[in-house]
Amino acid sequence: MKLYLYLLVMAGVTYLIRMLPLAFFRKKITSPFLLGVLHYMPFAVLGTMTVPAIFTSTGEPISAVAGFLVALLLGLKRRSLIEVALAATAAAYVTSLLLQAF
Amino acid sequence: MEAYGYREGLRDGLPIGLGYLSVSFGFAIWAVKQGIPGLTLILLSGTNLTSAGQVAGVTVMAAGGLLIELALTEFIINLRYALMSVTLTQKLSPTFSLWQRMLAAFFVTDEIFAVSSTRKGLLTFPYMMGLGCLPWIGWTLGTALGAFAGELLPAALSAALGIAIYGMFMAIIVPGALEEQGVLLAILAAVGLGLALRYVPLFRFLSEGFVIIISAVCGACVAAWLKPVQAGEGDA
Repeated sequence: MKLYLYLLVMAGVTYLIRMLPLAFFRKKITSPFLLGVLHYMPFAVLGTMTVPAIFTSTGEPISAVAGFLVALLLGLKRRSLIEVALAATAAAYVTSLLLQAF
Repeated sequence: MEAYGYREGLRDGLPIGLGYLSVSFGFAIWAVKQGIPGLTLILLSGTNLTSAGQVAGVTVMAAGGLLIELALTEFIINLRYALMSVTLTQKLSPTFSLWQRMLAAFFVTDEIFAVSSTRKGLLTFPYMMGLGCLPWIGWTLGTALGAFAGELLPAALSAALGIAIYGMFMAIIVPGALEEQGVLLAILAAVGLGLALRYVPLFRFLSEGFVIIISAVCGACVAAWLKPVQAGEGDA
């Protein structure tokens, strides 16, 4: 039951954030600080969610570090979201197979 | 000014949908391991259509967190959609009615925003519906496949897929950090503070959801204070 309350809250909050500005906003934000906070927020969120969680995401640190390094390298080369996600997965997979083999 | 219809929207949404399919597959495998039932995950993906918010939400759910904690976490993490929605209002065709705006808003994600906001000309309602269609199917279907067929994969492969969603996050933040010092600052400040809040024993009472909220808000404020953004730049 609590799971469905969680679902309701998540879907509701996420939808309202998207909908209220799109449906009703008619002005422009001009404060450089506020514009900055809104602009930087996604990067700050994704950063703190990725590090350190990425290093435990495969259940074992060495393959996770391999996946992290590949993602970093391809990110620096500005590859697409899907390419980076799959390459990081492949690197972690191959590393874990190598670890098992030796 | 050119206007685009449903078919153009579908075509633009196809690569996004394929990307979402594989990332949500990894997300579902990871989320099932956190103890969330598969059906709940499908409903979650179908009603939320967001990666970072769902990862954070599952983290809070798995820890049995408070509803207010969950709501605040989603609010902070998804706040960027408010800015994207505001930006999109500037490009909507005048034929958009209120209920059409309310429907189109459901499909505002980073990738859909990126594609629609960089399209030349005005955005029509059919175009936005076409654009949202395949990403929504891909995200929900990938979640279902990961939740129910994920067990069929070899253990090593399903473990490795746990990193897919974080790989996608890095594909968003690393190029951003390359382009703008402010973005790099925001990431470093948020990660640094996040590590401190997670590993300094004094802060052990903070749950993961609140760590994300506090470190992200502080990181974004530090960057905005040192590198404010003038209107008209950096709205993508």
